[in-house]
Amino acid sequence: MSQLSQRPESPVVGQRQRHESAAEHVTGTARYTDDLAQRLTGVLHAYPVQSTEAHAKILGLDTSGASAIPGVVRVITAADIPGVNDQGAKRDEPMIPVDEVMFYGQPVAWVLGEDLEAAKAGAGAVKVDYEPRASLITIKEAIAAQSFHGIKPTIDKGDISGAFADAAHVFEGDFEFSGQEHFYLETQNSLALVDESGQILIHCSTQHPTETQDIVSHVLGIPAHEVTVQVLRMGGGFGGKEMQPHGYAALAALGAVLTGRPVRVRLNRTLDMTMTGKRHGFYATWKIGFDAQGKILALDAGLTADGGWSLDLSEPVLTRAMCHIDNGYWVPNIRVRGRIAKCHKTSQTAFRGFGGPQGMLVMEDILGRVAPKLGIAARELRRRNFYAQGQDTPYYQPVRHPERLDAAWQQVLESAQITQREAQISEFNARNENTKRALALTPVKFGISFNLTAFNQGGALVLVYKDGSVLVNHGGTEMGQGLHTKMLQVAATTLGVPLSAVRIAPTRTDKVPNTSATAASSGSDINGGAVKDACEQIQARLAQVAAGKLGVPAHEVRFGNGKITALGKSQELSWEEIVRDAYFQRIQLSAAGFYRTEGLHWDLSQMSGTPFKYFAYGVAASEVEVSRFDGSYTLARVDIVHDVGDSLSPLVDLGQIEGGFVQGAGWLTLEDLRWDTSDGPGRGRVATQAASTYKIPSFSEMPEVFNVSLLDKAHEEGAVYGSKAVGEPPLMLAFSVREALRQAVAEFGPAGCSVQLASPATPEAVFWAIESVREPSLIEEKVR
Amino acid sequence: MTAETTEKSSCQITVNGTIREFDGPPHTNALDFLRSEGLIGCKEGCAEGECGACSILVARSDRQGTRWTALNACLLPAASLDGQEVITSEGLGSVENLHPVQEEMANRGGSQCGYCTPGFVCSMAAEYYRPERIANTAVIAEHGEEHRCGPNGFDLHSLSGNLCRCTGYRPIRDAAYALGAPDAQDELATRRGQAAPAAVSTDITRVDTPTGSTGRFRRPASLDAAFGILAEEPETLLVAGGTDWGVEVNIKGARARSVLAIDRLAELRQIHFGEDYIELGAACTLSELERLLAGKIPLLGQLFPQFASRLIRNGATLGGNLGTGSPIGDTPPALLALEADLVLGSASGSRIVPLAQYFTGYRQTVRAAGELITAIRIPLPLAVLTSFQKISKRRFDDISSVAIGYAVSVENNYITKARIGLGGVAATPLRATATEAALEGKEWCLATIHAAAEQMAQEGTPMDDHRASSSYRKAMLKSSLERFFAEQLARTNAAKGEQIS
Repeated sequence: MSQLSQRPESPVVGQRQRHESAAEHVTGTARYTDDLAQRLTGVLHAYPVQSTEAHAKILGLDTSGASAIPGVVRVITAADIPGVNDQGAKRDEPMIPVDEVMFYGQPVAWVLGEDLEAAKAGAGAVKVDYEPRASLITIKEAIAAQSFHGIKPTIDKGDISGAFADAAHVFEGDFEFSGQEHFYLETQNSLALVDESGQILIHCSTQHPTETQDIVSHVLGIPAHEVTVQVLRMGGGFGGKEMQPHGYAALAALGAVLTGRPVRVRLNRTLDMTMTGKRHGFYATWKIGFDAQGKILALDAGLTADGGWSLDLSEPVLTRAMCHIDNGYWVPNIRVRGRIAKCHKTSQTAFRGFGGPQGMLVMEDILGRVAPKLGIAARELRRRNFYAQGQDTPYYQPVRHPERLDAAWQQVLESAQITQREAQISEFNARNENTKRALALTPVKFGISFNLTAFNQGGALVLVYKDGSVLVNHGGTEMGQGLHTKMLQVAATTLGVPLSAVRIAPTRTDKVPNTSATAASSGSDINGGAVKDACEQIQARLAQVAAGKLGVPAHEVRFGNGKITALGKSQELSWEEIVRDAYFQRIQLSAAGFYRTEGLHWDLSQMSGTPFKYFAYGVAASEVEVSRFDGSYTLARVDIVHDVGDSLSPLVDLGQIEGGFVQGAGWLTLEDLRWDTSDGPGRGRVATQAASTYKIPSFSEMPEVFNVSLLDKAHEEGAVYGSKAVGEPPLMLAFSVREALRQAVAEFGPAGCSVQLASPATPEAVFWAIESVREPSLIEEKVR
Repeated sequence: MTAETTEKSSCQITVNGTIREFDGPPHTNALDFLRSEGLIGCKEGCAEGECGACSILVARSDRQGTRWTALNACLLPAASLDGQEVITSEGLGSVENLHPVQEEMANRGGSQCGYCTPGFVCSMAAEYYRPERIANTAVIAEHGEEHRCGPNGFDLHSLSGNLCRCTGYRPIRDAAYALGAPDAQDELATRRGQAAPAAVSTDITRVDTPTGSTGRFRRPASLDAAFGILAEEPETLLVAGGTDWGVEVNIKGARARSVLAIDRLAELRQIHFGEDYIELGAACTLSELERLLAGKIPLLGQLFPQFASRLIRNGATLGGNLGTGSPIGDTPPALLALEADLVLGSASGSRIVPLAQYFTGYRQTVRAAGELITAIRIPLPLAVLTSFQKISKRRFDDISSVAIGYAVSVENNYITKARIGLGGVAATPLRATATEAALEGKEWCLATIHAAAEQMAQEGTPMDDHRASSSYRKAMLKSSLERFFAEQLARTNAAKGEQIS
């Protein structure tokens, strides 16, 4: 065991703890960014003027109507920006457009009002003169127009042409699938003010406070040390608050500077859905070759990500998609070419999995489609192609612990009684003409770390006060994923104090600077490493103090549960006593901790290296029942075995697995993101821009039986206290639902039929898939 | 008019045991009012009654005592709570002293980001206090089949209007199923035994910012008073539950100058079981009808669990669903199949209009200025074979792409009468009259069904939208009859099976 991964005796990590804010959550007393506005006086409210064109030149902007409305305080336009007018990472994303709108709903000006009604009325009174330009809305339109932006990377490993020549079976196809709206329950929120020292303070619902700070700083044209960003907690993030909050934070900050009053920017649901980026939809083309035994010999794939109007995080999303097209399967010869379509839609962004799900979906779709053509059951085809020890990924990283995927697979087969249930399902299907059932297993292998090596660093500031109480600051943000709960457990474990002695402070850029986004599932790994480092520094100093009192060498001092002891000594000192003594001995009781993930390197130009510290594994089995009358279905049972290493906090990890799974199932089956692709006046508008039209999973989508277990013997050497990241990987366990639907559809057709299933597999999509296997000749005329 | 429409200075609302004053513009919803009072547990997630993050408990009469009723605060005019009692998540318990619902939610991982949690807690508390939950742990009808409640009688449908993006719901379900009965000292449980606050006549007029125009909210004391106001001011907007009003105000920015709340008028809240018909008061909420009809009209019994969510059904009224004239309301297809009549009342009397003649165009009806729907009559006897089919993306809390109601009578294996109501396939709800004709007089068999299905596919003029394609809607019409036949067959077989065993 490494020093990083080793746990002391009776650690607090590994204990089942409820969320650190659970009591506040359930009593409605947990505060979120927008709840802070009412604690201030004189707050101004901001509302955007949204573009009514998908693509147009701005010929004129007349704000006089707004200024005439009572309660309107100020209109903010591009001309008011003192620094750089850009809210992105690639300097291709004007915060307020100067002369060209790039998507329907883009804010072209903002109105500040004494109340929201005034701001809204003001926004309605601003006149914008547009000269419409041709627009590209769908990914197919962008491809036809050869409209791309950013990098065009290629993975090229082995000899695909030779392998295709040797292959016993070669298949080709394509697949277009939809993105996903984050639908965090708390929409984007920022509240900015100039504080008593002249510092710009922004309360922001952001996963990336440092980048929010950076962008506010360059928009205002002031150094970063004049800007502080604080994150209390978020009402969900899922990647949608990694890049997206920055522009709104900068707008709030700009308003506060211009007016001298606090400014609140809160997007309502429709503003949020029409202005912020989403998960990328993709268009994939593929050719795959198998040997006679059904082993993959070669894959040649093209991935086009639907990037929207600006780059945002599309490049790393694409890279991760390409690095995950293998999922858990050994592909000895492979070429993957990637590109990013540029079109007139919201700028698509990070979303739980960050391209990984899209890459893996392509492979799972291929296997689901070709298994019947190979005459091999899909379950067996998947199992037959798992990685084995000694094999490496398409980007040449050795796959460590592939046997864990085998173990998880085996555990699901046994605990979920797969073979017995498959027999029962066959019997049910033979008896039922209108309803069919199916059961599918799919694996997950997901690389953990930011692809870009530099981001894999974390910071912490741990303060021990004279009374022994501990305040932990770290660079990560809390969005419901339980990071703060885990950090409290890490700090208590390392210091050897009870959990009650430790408190978490809100995340602030003036406490821990230069942080990475809380993203890529890496929150616990990098911040946990940093918290542990800070606590160890303090503990080492206290050990010296205790050693003096106990008359032993410092390395024999033991900390645990608020007591300090030494080997072979009966004397027991209290934590508070040692802390107090240390203070009087002028020993520093605080420490800044730092962590960098060791052993990573990545060459983007070659798409090769070791970008990931380790892989997280999981397996899911889903059983569905489908009705042929309308294509509706139910998710009868799900069994999951997932690898979280040695869990830091089992209740939190369980929540991440279940929640990720259901969110993934939402993406793949229910959540139907539609845009107006007509040539009418609404062209480019998000057609599903409210909770009434965009449906996320509700109680009716919860699996009726839902069994989740954590993989045994899963210690991870390379991460804090032997744990593994858990935020993203479980989302992809939901492929099992989609594959079960495909198999259930096939049950309506002739034996061994191959099924093409649209994504999301809504009841309508499933219905058409059933029709296509029941009456293949009729489908042509019915397809939309 | 009534004695109490004199100038009231403001509304008095008891929130968590403390009287608070509401003195804002009448379009203010209860969510914004509560938040302005510092009750930040009430969250805005969607502002259109879809997510339940603003769920609160309101003390409503259940005709015996008080029922803690969960409602979407975003859809309630704050003024409609004048004289009422409200409990929010803050009022159920405190961090130091959690309510049993809060305790289970916290300990079982029922909250992650916590934003939807106060709303879940309120919806769950309403079900926790539902008297029948404790008395009856059996099953409730849904889809003509049965759905299971938790071992403690907890009906998960009570949470159908609450969305969570983090947990995947399993821990919330486990929290719900772990709840025991309220203990003897529980004040909210005790409160159920006493009368709910009566409706209070309300009349407030306030100036809106920034328009400067006035808005008026009135709750009349009697139906006659309502008729009087409508006669004088036919442009007055009727609010009978508010679930449509709230969406108009919050999402579309509607600011009606005059609003008349008719949802608490006793005259509109009666249910009468007559010889020739059952009469349902237009201001009965869908939840009340679900409970009080208790399956007496099986087609409606199948409809109710599929109608929006419990949170919506607790507020929405049957009259309101018809009053909006929406082509995708879920009650019209069922009521059309039942050959319902509407009673339209006004200051000058009342008239009966068959529902089939009520809709005249997109959100247009024959209801004249000054009229309101007072009751819905369901003629007796009821057809034996009934079914409500709702086609939607999500099973709970979604809007229909297509909705179909069936009421079919079969004698000696011949179809003597067929009534089919359709929603979502035209600018108005409509009867599938050609298909009805194709069925009547024919043998009740698959051949008849197949032949009529071709006719059914021609009904209406379905269109393409984000909910469904026109071709899917057509296909749903076509497959519907076969599904109906299969359902009835399965029911008959199940009944036979029961007799044998």
